[in-house]
Amino acid sequence: MLALVAPTSGTGTVLGARIGDRAVRARVGFLPEHFRFHDVLTGRELLRFHGRLYGQRGASLERRIEELLDRVDLVDAADRPLQEYSKGMVQRVGLAQAILNEPDLVFLDEPTSGLDPLGRRLVREVLRELRQGGTTVFLNSHLLGEVESTCDRVVFVKRGRTVRELALNDPSAALWVNLRIDQTGPRILDGLAQFGSDVSRVDGVVRLRVQSEEALPSIARWLVDQGVRLFEMGGRRPSLEQLFLDVMGEDQRPG
Amino acid sequence: MMSVALTIAGVTLREASRRRLVLAGVLLGTAFVLLYATAFWLVLRNAPCGQRIRPCSTPFQLVQYRTALNILTLAGLYVANLLTLATAVLLPVDTLAGEISSGVAETLASKPIRRADIVLGKWTAYFILVVGYLCLTSGGTLGAVWGVTRVVAGGPGFVVPGAARGLPIMLLASTVMLTVSIAGGTRLSTVTNGMVAFGIFGLGFLGGWLEQIGEFVVQTPLAREAIRDVGTVVSLVTPADALWRLAASHMMPPIARDLPMTPFSSLYPPSGAMVVWALGYVAVALVVALRRFARRAL
Repeated sequence: MLALVAPTSGTGTVLGARIGDRAVRARVGFLPEHFRFHDVLTGRELLRFHGRLYGQRGASLERRIEELLDRVDLVDAADRPLQEYSKGMVQRVGLAQAILNEPDLVFLDEPTSGLDPLGRRLVREVLRELRQGGTTVFLNSHLLGEVESTCDRVVFVKRGRTVRELALNDPSAALWVNLRIDQTGPRILDGLAQFGSDVSRVDGVVRLRVQSEEALPSIARWLVDQGVRLFEMGGRRPSLEQLFLDVMGEDQRPG
Repeated sequence: MMSVALTIAGVTLREASRRRLVLAGVLLGTAFVLLYATAFWLVLRNAPCGQRIRPCSTPFQLVQYRTALNILTLAGLYVANLLTLATAVLLPVDTLAGEISSGVAETLASKPIRRADIVLGKWTAYFILVVGYLCLTSGGTLGAVWGVTRVVAGGPGFVVPGAARGLPIMLLASTVMLTVSIAGGTRLSTVTNGMVAFGIFGLGFLGGWLEQIGEFVVQTPLAREAIRDVGTVVSLVTPADALWRLAASHMMPPIARDLPMTPFSSLYPPSGAMVVWALGYVAVALVVALRRFARRAL
């Protein structure tokens, strides 16, 4: 996406231009997984250096640096060399350099790998602000809980190919419904099959898979119409981890 | 854009300064000059003539005295040249290879800049450092000779002839090694690059000596010519040592050229075309570095 590696074949575009286009790279930010920077520079100097590489200069650059140092909570450490930073601090200054240019698109590779819970929350807030500001955040992560709480859409990539793309928290997405009811005979189970698939009964709880949460009121109404007493009804989407295992296959070797 | 290369050069210089490379260079360079000045002073004070109280009185003594001064200056410049060449090889050996393996280059290359600017910026920074080091060691040598002769002998200090022509050629030799080291770093790991760049340096050194040994030891004209040819080929592949011999030939008195087998004498000093060859060598090595770095995966 950033032309750091030459393609073995094929072509692609980013923000409407061919991959690697310099004008487009001015609108893109990047924080690599193995983030390393010139560690003899202070946090402020590093941001100034990277800002200049983005073509930024003068007072507007200095203003942006101060704003970002404050945003990633590094004002106190701004004039200390990166050699003295903890891993999390380097990652936060790395995040700041990735968004110096107020990018339209930002690639973040495992952006919370070196952070403590407070740092992770800070990064999540920054990502939310970026999203609200119209920036597309391309988050690459194996921390699926992080992805679940941050992303709108997820793409699973297996051996370099997209194997599944889906929206998270989409009301129209499929979900599992658990029903605690007083009748679980074949008539009721067969009748529930009209609302979804994979109807089963485990430990007195009926479970079925429906296409969207829109089906829930209809299920409740039908059960009441059938004279069934409904004690509990819950819809739950499969966790991203479960989806990951489903998509990749249980036989997948650990990555 | 030139400003990007200059920005990268600025950061590279700041890095060299904060990693105390500059301090180490200044301290060691100064130590070399002081040691040389002390040795030169001791030699001059104990020379048969050339002191205030015992000036060289005959024309023969004067020629002898000035030739000795010249040779001693060249001895100092020879070491200064070796130190600068080694510095030119070692200073940048890690600059690209290290940043590629650590991942620093990855973030830089993602910015809206040409990768060539990264290489040019680093080359510029290290060129400035090498110029500074050469000025310190070689300029210090010349300054020490000038100062000591003024103090010990009185009158105007001794200035080696042809220094204005010799020193730029010495700088060119270091620039060749600097560029080889940077070009290697675009492809090789730090350790391998260091080995290769130093190996190339050593090869040139050996080629130069081979030529001289051939001149003075080998009796058969055909074998002597063959050895000279080997030396010439080696000089073309790695011109640093040949450039030193060319620089030295500009700075020595004619009488000293006939001295057998010294690091400064050569019956057949390289021609001026070697300068053109070396300039082309630097240009080609730099282009190779730019192209390799532009294409390699980061």
